[in-house]
Amino acid sequence: MSPTQWDFPVELCCRPMAFVTLTGLDVVYNAVHRAVWDAFCANRRADRVPISFKVLPGDHEYPKCRPKRTSYEWYIPKGILKTGWMNKHLNLVPALVVVFYELDWDEPQWKEKQSECATRVEIVRQSLQGRNTKVAVVLIQKKTPLPPGEDVIASERAAALCNACELSGKSLFVLPHTDHLVGYIIRLENAFYEHAQTYYYTEIRRVKSHKEFLNKTTHQLLFVRHQFKIAFFSELKQDTQNALKNYRTAYNLVHELRAHETNILEIKTMAGFINYKICRLCFQHNTPLDAIAQFRKHIDLCKKRIGSAELSFEHAAWMSKQFQAFGDLFDEAIKLGLTAIQTQNPGFYYQQAAYYAQERKQLTETLCDHEATVIYPSPDPLETQTGVLDFYGQRSWRQGVLSFDLSDPEKEKVGVLAIQLKERSIVHSEIIITLLSNAVAQFKKYKCPRMKSHLMVQMGEEYYYAKDYTKALKLLDYVMCDYRSEGWWTLLTSILTTALKCAYLMAQLKGYITYSLELLGRASTLKDEQKSRIEKNLINVLMNESPEPEPDCDVLAVKTAQKLWADRVSLAGSNVFTIGVQDFVPFVQCKARFHAPSFHVDVPVQFDVYLKADCPHPIRFSKLRVSFNNQEYNQFCVIEEASKAGEVLENLNQEKMCFVPGKTRKYLFKFVAKTEDVGKKIEITSVDLILGHETGRCVVLNWQGGGGDAASSQEALQASRSFKRRPKLPDNEPHWDSIVIQASTMIISRVPNISVHLRHEPPALTNEMYCLVVTVESHEEIQIRDVKLTAGLKPGQDANLTQKTHVTLHGAELCDESQPALLTDVPVGELHPGEQLEKMLYVRCGTVGSRMFLVYVSYLINTTVEGKEIVCKCHKDETVTIETVFPFDVAVKFVSTKFEHLERVCADIPFLLMADILSASPWALTVVSSELQLAPSVTPVDQLESQVDRVVLQTGESASECFCLRCPSVGNVEGGVATGRYIISWKRTSAMGDTPVISTVITLPHVIIENIPLHVNADLPSFGRVRESLPVRYHLQNKTSLVQDVEVSVEPSDAFMFSGLKQIRLRILPGTEQEMLYNFYPLMAGYQQLPSLNINLLRFPSFTNQLLRRFIPTSIFVKLPLAAFEVLNAHVRLVALYWTKLLYNTFLITESLLL
Amino acid sequence: MAVCVAVIAKENYPLYIRSVPTENELKFHYMVHTSLDVVDEKISALGKALVDQRELYLGLLYPTEDHKVYGYVTNSKVKFVMVVDASNTALRDNEIRSMFRKLHNSYTDVMCNPFYNPGDRIQSRAFDSMVTSMMIQVC
Repeated sequence: MSPTQWDFPVELCCRPMAFVTLTGLDVVYNAVHRAVWDAFCANRRADRVPISFKVLPGDHEYPKCRPKRTSYEWYIPKGILKTGWMNKHLNLVPALVVVFYELDWDEPQWKEKQSECATRVEIVRQSLQGRNTKVAVVLIQKKTPLPPGEDVIASERAAALCNACELSGKSLFVLPHTDHLVGYIIRLENAFYEHAQTYYYTEIRRVKSHKEFLNKTTHQLLFVRHQFKIAFFSELKQDTQNALKNYRTAYNLVHELRAHETNILEIKTMAGFINYKICRLCFQHNTPLDAIAQFRKHIDLCKKRIGSAELSFEHAAWMSKQFQAFGDLFDEAIKLGLTAIQTQNPGFYYQQAAYYAQERKQLTETLCDHEATVIYPSPDPLETQTGVLDFYGQRSWRQGVLSFDLSDPEKEKVGVLAIQLKERSIVHSEIIITLLSNAVAQFKKYKCPRMKSHLMVQMGEEYYYAKDYTKALKLLDYVMCDYRSEGWWTLLTSILTTALKCAYLMAQLKGYITYSLELLGRASTLKDEQKSRIEKNLINVLMNESPEPEPDCDVLAVKTAQKLWADRVSLAGSNVFTIGVQDFVPFVQCKARFHAPSFHVDVPVQFDVYLKADCPHPIRFSKLRVSFNNQEYNQFCVIEEASKAGEVLENLNQEKMCFVPGKTRKYLFKFVAKTEDVGKKIEITSVDLILGHETGRCVVLNWQGGGGDAASSQEALQASRSFKRRPKLPDNEPHWDSIVIQASTMIISRVPNISVHLRHEPPALTNEMYCLVVTVESHEEIQIRDVKLTAGLKPGQDANLTQKTHVTLHGAELCDESQPALLTDVPVGELHPGEQLEKMLYVRCGTVGSRMFLVYVSYLINTTVEGKEIVCKCHKDETVTIETVFPFDVAVKFVSTKFEHLERVCADIPFLLMADILSASPWALTVVSSELQLAPSVTPVDQLESQVDRVVLQTGESASECFCLRCPSVGNVEGGVATGRYIISWKRTSAMGDTPVISTVITLPHVIIENIPLHVNADLPSFGRVRESLPVRYHLQNKTSLVQDVEVSVEPSDAFMFSGLKQIRLRILPGTEQEMLYNFYPLMAGYQQLPSLNINLLRFPSFTNQLLRRFIPTSIFVKLPLAAFEVLNAHVRLVALYWTKLLYNTFLITESLLL
Repeated sequence: MAVCVAVIAKENYPLYIRSVPTENELKFHYMVHTSLDVVDEKISALGKALVDQRELYLGLLYPTEDHKVYGYVTNSKVKFVMVVDASNTALRDNEIRSMFRKLHNSYTDVMCNPFYNPGDRIQSRAFDSMVTSMMIQVC
């Protein structure tokens, strides 16, 4: 876009840099000069000093300096700031002119060269006549200079050259053309920069010096001008602090100017310039708040200074530009690292700029509404001689005129007309849209989604005004859903209205229909008459006719649109528009509801579709259809108006599809579910309502699932919260809010009409074939077939149980591991009505614990639903929890022949194995037999016959048996030796004869065998009698392979006298036996301690008497002699008599005491 | 005095909105709607503070050229938005605060009405007249 009148001049917006010209460089033909120039231009980054360089020929003519004014007394300024001034100091008048000259110190023709150089300097000075511009000379040398002071010729000649050129020593530089060119150049330019700063300093001083000549009455404009110049020179000098200070002063001075309609534009223009500079410097100084404050102040001061009412659009344009420029500055500062916030970001300024641009457009429309006959005035009053204005912000037809009175009102009128006509040709929408889209980009960045939407709506509306309807619709469509989802219906309605206009003007059918649908809906806030107009139009469109134009549309655009619609009509073929209504709020509401969350397969599935129209007039639909996840049902759920469009009125069925606004219509659908769908979900995937006819134009309103649209979920929530009583509606019409969508249902199998009973005797015993009797009885009316039984462990329990549970149908034999835990689909045949069937199942549980068993009976039956024959599969299941217990506890222990408990067994010496079987079963058990299977390390002493054959054990009873065994000597075995297994064969006493016998194997405990050096056993009678001889024989066996020295002694006892060897020492040879015979003579009756035998083995000190006691008896029961019984009897009688006497006496005493 | 008063539900749809002058209603609707951006942002920033220590008054939401928009959020996240003419410098923060408190009290009365279903649009005469008293008297 070319810069418009309102854009700021480039020289204002750039960063001012010191201007230095380089002369004497031939950059085209001289490679050395080219290199020097490149070094100056290339890589001008922030670390280099801010200078703008320019190469000019040595004889370049600089702008002439006007003769210095000695007095301001009669001087009247013609304006504030000349349009060329800034550019002059940025690009035309240098601060420093550098003369490059190739000259080495050892130049042979020194004199000539020196004077040539002096001439060149002189020429430059000539053309700078009257300016303070500095001149400097740079000698380009081929040799590297010696360090200062060493080269005598150099310093001499330098002094001479300075003299000849009238230069101070500081202005003469040497540039050796060597490797380090860039380094030299940087040093050079730093020196140039210093010179330039001095120049601008003197310029500032010069401008300041004028001040004293000025007076407040005639030179008001000059105050501003001078202040501006000082600030600008300060900027060139890179003294931004002072520049800012001076700009601020200038700004205040601008507002002190006497303002009038004729110069208000000039004042505002300058105020805008200065404000721009201030804001720019504030951002540069990283004081954004100052910038914002300045801008606010600026706007507040200027907002009301509209100026001429006929040209008030100029003020709006100017305001818009102010905001836009500030937004740009703000945005630029952000790019350089400033952080903005949600409530203070450039977006607001762009938005405001757009707002003023809109205002400008409106003002233009009212002010520039000239007749077409009005022609642009000639000669053009806006044309000037030079093509540009002399001063910023002045009118071209009266430049430099300061008088507030209009000298030539006619000229003024022509000028205003020219401006107005020019303004009319400006494409305002373009400006507005650009500004709005700038703002949108900003608000997107600062988390303002709603602001963004709002601006996009404005953009859309602007596109609508600009007649770019496609873009308008694109934007409006994009934001519509935001307003819809937040429920701002007023705003949505306004957007939809604009969108409808766009769609109408483009004759875009689908959009037109969609927007109409929503504008007729309950979310629309339109008045009824508007709604009814829209509804009529919609019906017209569906009837393949043109709609009425939307109100407030451009007349021309309507004409075009009508043509487009007419074309559409003539082109009309079959066009079907499917519109998904999920995302908006159409004027028909839909709710589908299955009657129940599940249906048995033998009853018809029923559901209702409720529809309600919100439009102002009754409306007729042609078709209603429902789709399911299983598409086979779709065919059953269609309601269609049989008639064609023409014969609607005669058709009796018409009422069916005609909706009265606000009334809820209910449509009942019924179908029979497929037997394959048992256990599956039937879902309504969509409900389609068709408006218009498929032959012409028609619209398919498509609800996904069971209905509902963008607003319905919120409404349902509100309805559920409400506890208002709903009035009763006539005709049992349901309340719309009380209808809850139920879009899916389950198909479940038919209710079984059989009974399943289980008979059994819990608990189960480990490993037995536990009998479970299943009784199935049919209560069905007709024969059932394909009865199948599935029974066993209920799946989903502990995995280990599956391994240890086996189910079989055959109870006669023990089942093995190969049997499954669950018998599936055992065919049982057919059952007639009332017939009963019994099936025995045997379950073998290998471990104790409780198990859940499942008995599942399925069958097929033919039934009729709605006149349709179907085969139903029914099933019934029963579960039962069965506890498994051990049938009995078996305790096995080892005892000595004295029935004393044995920790360890002596090698080669007989011992006893005791087995106790304690019944734990609540049912009587029969022990069929028992068997002892001995390990090779153990040998039986006598026959191993079972002693418990055919013993019946009731609950809690126990049976014991005992076996005499002997362990041959073995080596020392860690942990003892295995003794073998004990096997009990048993069954329930109640079990029938063919029930298999169960063998329970008990592994016998290990036994520790120890070797003893000497074994002693005693032969003695079972009892003795007082004063009768009691012979006792001790056998001492040497169990070692050594000769044993044995000391034997017998200690006397009070109860016995005895004869035999009292103390003896003897030897026993390996493997032999020694016999000792004693004759005891009991003296007392009762259980008496025998005289104890002590044995001491000299070779085995560890062999103690304790060990000995395990083998030989320590006491014996001594009976009275037979004759003693008589005496005892008499004695007892005597004692009884005595006690009777004693009791009687006691009684007497007590009696006397009581008396 | 206020030129527009709005009550916004927790879900950000309007429960009540009234503005004077009525011809520019749409503009105020947009203004209130866009101010919710700032309200949302402020609430999410406040969310971290303890609920009982929270200040309900949100202060100036954002200034436009001609209007100032103030916000207030109740503990149940119902928002009150008030638009004031920017030229009206007489209204200090304190006045705005007390106006909001009045509004909140009146809203509480509406909520206490057993026939009012929370979430429905407010159609209470008492509330209406209270809002009228807060609105600028044009005409």
